[in-house]
Amino acid sequence: MPYNCVVMIKQVPDTKRVTGQAMNDDGTVNRAALPAIFNPEDLNALELALEIKDQYGGTVTVITMGLPAASEVLREALYRGADSAILVTDRRCAASDTLATSYIISCAVKKLDYDIVLCGRQAIDGDTAQVGPQLAEKLEIPQITYVEKLIHLNNGSISARRSIGAGWQEVKAGLPALLTVVDEANEPRVPAAKKLMKYKKARTRAEVEKAVREAGSNDDSKTAKLVETQCKALDEKGLLIKQWDLDYLEADMQWCGRDGSPTKVHRIQSVVLEAKGSKEVAPTLEAITEMTHELIEEHTIG
Amino acid sequence: MIDVNTNGEVWIFAEQREGALAETSLELMSKGRQLADTLGVELCTVLIGSGVEKLCEKLAHYGADKVYLIEDPLLERYQTTSYAKVIDELIHEYHPQIMLYGATSCGRDLAPRVASAIKAGLTADCTDLQIGDHEVKKTSTTYKNLLFQIRTAFGGNIIATIINYDRWPQMATVREGVMPMPEPDTSRKAEVVKVKAKMTAADLALEIIREHHQEKKVNLKASRIIVAGGAGVGSKENFKLIWDLAHSLGASPGATRAAVDLGYIDRDHQVGQTGTTVRPSLYIAAGISGAIQHQAGMSESKKIIAINNDPDAPIFNVAHYKIVGDLNEVLPMLTKAIKEKV
Repeated sequence: MPYNCVVMIKQVPDTKRVTGQAMNDDGTVNRAALPAIFNPEDLNALELALEIKDQYGGTVTVITMGLPAASEVLREALYRGADSAILVTDRRCAASDTLATSYIISCAVKKLDYDIVLCGRQAIDGDTAQVGPQLAEKLEIPQITYVEKLIHLNNGSISARRSIGAGWQEVKAGLPALLTVVDEANEPRVPAAKKLMKYKKARTRAEVEKAVREAGSNDDSKTAKLVETQCKALDEKGLLIKQWDLDYLEADMQWCGRDGSPTKVHRIQSVVLEAKGSKEVAPTLEAITEMTHELIEEHTIG
Repeated sequence: MIDVNTNGEVWIFAEQREGALAETSLELMSKGRQLADTLGVELCTVLIGSGVEKLCEKLAHYGADKVYLIEDPLLERYQTTSYAKVIDELIHEYHPQIMLYGATSCGRDLAPRVASAIKAGLTADCTDLQIGDHEVKKTSTTYKNLLFQIRTAFGGNIIATIINYDRWPQMATVREGVMPMPEPDTSRKAEVVKVKAKMTAADLALEIIREHHQEKKVNLKASRIIVAGGAGVGSKENFKLIWDLAHSLGASPGATRAAVDLGYIDRDHQVGQTGTTVRPSLYIAAGISGAIQHQAGMSESKKIIAINNDPDAPIFNVAHYKIVGDLNEVLPMLTKAIKEKV
């Protein structure tokens, strides 16, 4: 029996690659210097969806919410085997916290026919792991978090092994259900050359508009016409990535963006790695013995 | 949506499994006590399960003024939807101002489900909580005595203080190991408020087929001394230098995520943002460059010795003793020096 999988993905700054070049002189991180990447555990979620499709048939749709630049991760998902991709983008999404985000993307998922929703456990920019469970609640479906392994799909139910910190648990839930996937679950496949060739020209409407404007068209009606023609040509070749805004989603604005976000930022401080009162110890037995002696005297060791 | 209730209590979710309270829930009691005292309200715990009434006494010893006890055979084992439903109903009934959960796999599964259901804010994995005021300049309004939910973000590179002033309760999950465990006071008593759960089998979304408990191979949080190695150790075989030094000190071996990913040592030994947060008396870091994600898990150590052949390694910025040298030479020297002295 085939299953329709929807995978939520996110483009994130590569916070794991904070090297010397990405540091400001004051010891804080220069965020602009970090490359934008496919959130690592979202790749595991995508892989699990592709494995389900390989084994049982069905479709894999990826959704991301973000700026038009996030179309890049949608293309990457297409290269890896996703059947279709959707960009949810709207200025009114700005400043959404996890609650507002989960509301907005729940409106998008509700537009689709789905059996299984998959998310990475968490995104490396915020590390909250909240959007998955919140999305499940908004869709009123069961959640299975920290999935390490899919065991079985059968007769409208799914069983999976999930991590519970000190150990694991095998659980079964009726479909539709939402899974959050950890990086131990699988090894994501690499992009396929054939699909890369096919989809490298895939674009969202926002990207088409930007390209047309950058090509120097400043006549509004002409621009609009050009965008229309190009989008139509892409669509005919199956290369127009869907783009949805909050009006299309029929989202209730009171739950979106800043208004829909109960959490607010009081203050942001950059972490400055502070030097403590420290001593240099030479790499010699004598110096190290002396240090050891000091630590024993102050009862740190012994 | 639930309105602001400045007379509301401070609540802590008392996580239990098979009748044993999670350590993190008890750790949270010290901070919870402090917050409740600052606000002049009671500290309460929410205890859910079946046959767990005996735990109320322990919660009182650790600082609870009141325990909301919700027992039902259907609540014997934790499930997201059933537990979330109980908490959702309790919050609507009693309007607490603060609700805290340990950032365990259970807490981080449960709290967002509750937050979404009651349309409240939630801050994940806080490392500190304080009470403070917030001014909204646009409306010249000052909100007094809010919960400052302090957490690192952006891979540990920034510290964000999060608040919520118009939709309550103020909810947060708190990272394991960052709050000191309170001293139990066996003379303390708590009021027990038994609340009936309106549970039916339909509230259980999952069928738990089987469960396997595996305690971590090492209890880093309880270790007084940790000897940790990073990618710089070079190989699994060479990690013996770390084990040797750890044995001579009666210490636990720790590791960076890089060393774990390279297969030098089991994931249970991982210290850092995605591993365990530790605050031992002594932390010896060998072959560790000191990525901010690692520092997030160990910089609170009372004394830090760093050994690295790169004098510019960021780990030296937090070290009390800096040894610039080859760990292959330095670690055996240190092991030798300790064996002779201790």
